[in-house]
Amino acid sequence: MANVTLRNVRKTYPGGFEAIKGVNVDVGDGQFCVLVGPSGCGKSTLLRMVAGLETITGGEIDIGGKIVNQVEPADRDIAMVFQNYALYPHMSVYNNMAYGLRNRGMAEAEITTRVEEAARVLELAPMLERKPRQLSGGQRQRVAMGRAIVRQPKVFLFDEPLSNLDAKLRIAMRVEIRKLQRRLNVTSIYVTHDQLEAMTLADILVVMNGGQVEQIGNPLDIYQRPATTFVASFIGAPPMNLMPLRSDELKSQIAGVDGAGIVGIRPEDFAISNETVAGGVALGLTIEAIEHVGAETFVYGTRQREEQGVAANPGDLPPGEVIVRVPGISRPVIGERIRAVAPRDKLHLFTADGRTRLGQ
Amino acid sequence: MQKQSIFQSKLLPYLLVAPQLAVVLIFFYWPALQAVIQSFLLQDAFGLSTSFVWFENYVELFKDPAYFGSIVRTFVFSFAIAVSSLSFALLLAVMADKPLRGGMLYRTLLIWPYAVAPPVVGVLWIFMLHPSLGVLSRYLRNMGIDWNPLLNGDQAAALIILAAAWKQISYNFLFFLAGLQAIPRSVFEAAAIDGARPMRRFWTVTFPLLSPTIFFLLVVNIVYAFFDTFGIIDTMTRGGPGKSTETLVYKVYSDGLIGGNLGSSAAQSVILMGIVIVLTAVQFRFVERKVTY
Repeated sequence: MANVTLRNVRKTYPGGFEAIKGVNVDVGDGQFCVLVGPSGCGKSTLLRMVAGLETITGGEIDIGGKIVNQVEPADRDIAMVFQNYALYPHMSVYNNMAYGLRNRGMAEAEITTRVEEAARVLELAPMLERKPRQLSGGQRQRVAMGRAIVRQPKVFLFDEPLSNLDAKLRIAMRVEIRKLQRRLNVTSIYVTHDQLEAMTLADILVVMNGGQVEQIGNPLDIYQRPATTFVASFIGAPPMNLMPLRSDELKSQIAGVDGAGIVGIRPEDFAISNETVAGGVALGLTIEAIEHVGAETFVYGTRQREEQGVAANPGDLPPGEVIVRVPGISRPVIGERIRAVAPRDKLHLFTADGRTRLGQ
Repeated sequence: MQKQSIFQSKLLPYLLVAPQLAVVLIFFYWPALQAVIQSFLLQDAFGLSTSFVWFENYVELFKDPAYFGSIVRTFVFSFAIAVSSLSFALLLAVMADKPLRGGMLYRTLLIWPYAVAPPVVGVLWIFMLHPSLGVLSRYLRNMGIDWNPLLNGDQAAALIILAAAWKQISYNFLFFLAGLQAIPRSVFEAAAIDGARPMRRFWTVTFPLLSPTIFFLLVVNIVYAFFDTFGIIDTMTRGGPGKSTETLVYKVYSDGLIGGNLGSSAAQSVILMGIVIVLTAVQFRFVERKVTY
């Protein structure tokens, strides 16, 4: 059991590329921390630095009150689950799990107890004698988990452990990982690019972009109060609508916009209505595309009589496009003109550069 | 995979393989057949009379202690060459596999010796270790070693093994490096996190995962040591001093071409052919099927 604290952690590669530009994160004992961000944002590098697989060029990493910058991975008392599982292909499932314990000179009887317990928890008991290549993807994933569990480490590190599984299994394993972590109560750091995985697993969510932390916090807080336009568009699917406040039409609608340059509205915060909302936003849209998901329907509309939208980050709306969520029972038609309104308290206001959130 | 023939004419496929078949027939089967026939014949020194003697050449061969000496010597050479070149190549490959400054240069330089022809290798090592010409011989003598491979059979044998193993290191290195790079990095990282120190990591993870490569190279190296060392032996020692570096292949040459005993030489060739066939079978049986872990 341990806290993990990153203090102003930096990583600069010999070529001068700065992968991590000063990260501060504090993960409490037993907490589940998820690092999320687009590819290349440095989240895996950061995790590997915690594991000791990458050198730290600046700052401190503290595990359980001990600064581990110069400590070998083996001595950090961590266990890691890799994206490709990294099982030892020539060893049986049993030996895969026992390897780390044998290296530490544990008595064989104790090893057997631990491996069998882990196998029972992970439902691997019938396949202890098999080799990894005789297992399915989900089973391999569980062996990788088992290898981490038997060690009873201070910290679990997960590097996109579910991204090689199919969608259904991914959801099942996601729930299993969360349950397991709660029960074992081991501090965990989990890297993913999947914002849904991040939202559902995290106690603390760390949204990263370009080697920097964009926002840290409780997932729901981040969803409800994104600190930057990057976070606003990255967390939530479909992404938040971000519109520049250049047009007088929008500006005049919103009360108290001092310094605001961008307004963000989540698709689900819109309502189709003809009423006017005091201090809120009303948009006239022409429906261009419709996505029926079942319980809900997403309407992609272009704004009438409008200028360009913001498209500063990948995944942003194409210029002028607005996504509106409507109930699954409603049947919008392409080409139809609708009026989408959002109340004042559902608006997210940002400065024009998107780096600062205003109000609320 | 499509196994069915897509040819309309029945003749065309045969025509297409004919050149290859012709090459194999003329350059392999015909001489091989000649050797088999020759091994049953006894010829006088001038080639004036030839008589069919059944297995007499073979019987003579197996009664000859020199032939047994040659067999033992060949096996010792093969084993020594294979083990030393494999282990050294593996060491180099493991070191070259790490991210290094100038790694490409290092790797390229290590692969180069493979392009050197065996006789040239022989000459190269003569320059270094010839008792009177060699640059290293002086240091050896200064160290108090009575270095003279021209007179000392054991030293000559060591010299041949050294040169032959050196030549093969590049080839082995290349395969080991490829084998190492085929192992996902994360497996080593997992082992590091699992508390395995570098030496233990090597013996419990790297080595077992390379075992298919090692087995393949072992067979290749034995074949090499059996047959391809001829050029090295011929330039360095000519089988001497005495018979201390005369391997089976070299004996075929010296008995047949130098000694003029064609019948015995042919019989030895046939035996060697048998050994090649066995080694190839082993290779196909175990390597083609892949050593699985």
